[in-house]
Amino acid sequence: MTILNRPQLWSFAGKSAVIGLGVMFLFVVFVSGCATTEAIIDIGVSSGLITESQGESISKSTKAVARSFEDFTPEQEYYVGRSVGAVILNKYKPYNSKKANDYINILGQILSKASDMPETFGGYHFLIQDSDEVNALAAPGGLIFVTRGMLRCCQHEDAVAAVLAHEIGHVQAKHGLQAIKKSRITSALTTIGIEGAKTFGEEELAELTETFESSISDITATLVNNGYSRNFERDADKAAVTILKRVGYDPNGLEDMLKIMSKKLKPGGLDFAKTHPSPASRIADIQKIIGKTTRVIKPKTRQARFIAALGNV
Amino acid sequence: MIKLKISLVTFLLICLTALAALAAGQKMMSVQVKKGVVRLTPSFLSRIVTELAYGDRVYVLEEKGSWTGVGLSGSAVKGWIHSSALTPKKIVLKAGSENVQVAASSEELALAGKGFNQQVESEFRAQNSNLDFTWIDRMEKFVVSQRQMKQFLKEGELSPKGGS
Repeated sequence: MTILNRPQLWSFAGKSAVIGLGVMFLFVVFVSGCATTEAIIDIGVSSGLITESQGESISKSTKAVARSFEDFTPEQEYYVGRSVGAVILNKYKPYNSKKANDYINILGQILSKASDMPETFGGYHFLIQDSDEVNALAAPGGLIFVTRGMLRCCQHEDAVAAVLAHEIGHVQAKHGLQAIKKSRITSALTTIGIEGAKTFGEEELAELTETFESSISDITATLVNNGYSRNFERDADKAAVTILKRVGYDPNGLEDMLKIMSKKLKPGGLDFAKTHPSPASRIADIQKIIGKTTRVIKPKTRQARFIAALGNV
Repeated sequence: MIKLKISLVTFLLICLTALAALAAGQKMMSVQVKKGVVRLTPSFLSRIVTELAYGDRVYVLEEKGSWTGVGLSGSAVKGWIHSSALTPKKIVLKAGSENVQVAASSEELALAGKGFNQQVESEFRAQNSNLDFTWIDRMEKFVVSQRQMKQFLKEGELSPKGGS
């Protein structure tokens, strides 16, 4: 290597630094290849590489990307869920038994941790409702409601676990959010997007609240009146079987519950009779996954705590 | 001596480049739930190391199934957090007008409190006074401890075969 004098050395060092920085820049660009178009547009505009109007039109075209329920953040899902829950509680009042509610909350919490979406913005919470109707409903984000009538279809803990796991299945697949009409999602997310500030002006707030209210109606109408599609119910049962197995419960608990339910459901009833496929067809579908029915084993302490908590529900 | 200086400068530059690249290449994630729980091992029954707030940033050390091994910037704390609690998006907690526009269509930014939020809920409640949120708030306060879960599993003769 040539021996350099001091000025040459600094010039070399300077060149190396430029090369180094260049390499660094290229590498950074390479590793963060997923940088937002918007950020790049911003840089482009501020550095004078593109004009502001060009930047705007690029921005607009990226905004035209189709929106779906998946674009709701967990935080928004949480607020939707709270209001859906309030509507559900308007239909059936809470069953104010600490012992029974504590029991389904511990059980439900354990099951939710074995689901594919154990963490939601506000977490999973369970509540028994004071009604003889056979019903269980899940609001987006993890607020889960189950009637006394439904719990009476359960003769052991594995069956209660199956009911809760089925509802957790609806939550993890975001079935509630999918009940919101597509046009509503598009308009909601566009308004939200453009007016994304934390505090809205009067007009935006009114517009968003209207969209919010319609979205809540879409979900509650599906939950309470129309029911989900057969496919969604099948998915929820499938998820329930997976969750039960992961925790160590017998998925035959689901079948046991459905058999009793089929005897209790009244034709033309406004509960599961109206919103779910028949228990017999659900059993047939479940058997395709778990095979022939086997008897659920009920360990002594497990059965004793089930009776203590829900024996008189 | 001069040779040494040149080597040193070159070496330092390489180090600097590598460091910067490493910093830029480090995958960062944000906590997208109210309370992000970091555990010692990838299991819900594992000891809780620390709790993080909505929007907190973590760097990814490794991934194992549905769990992410994370570290915190400027801290020696390391642990595991379930991946459903994380998003690759950067969550902007306090939106200024300049990042609102960017976050609107961005795949990498999310605004906390955007859209359906506390303010919209309040407005909705004002218009639907027949709805009672008392029990919704009460439900959210139902907390199940790790100790309760462990005891429930043990007493019920349940042995979880892994989770998600």
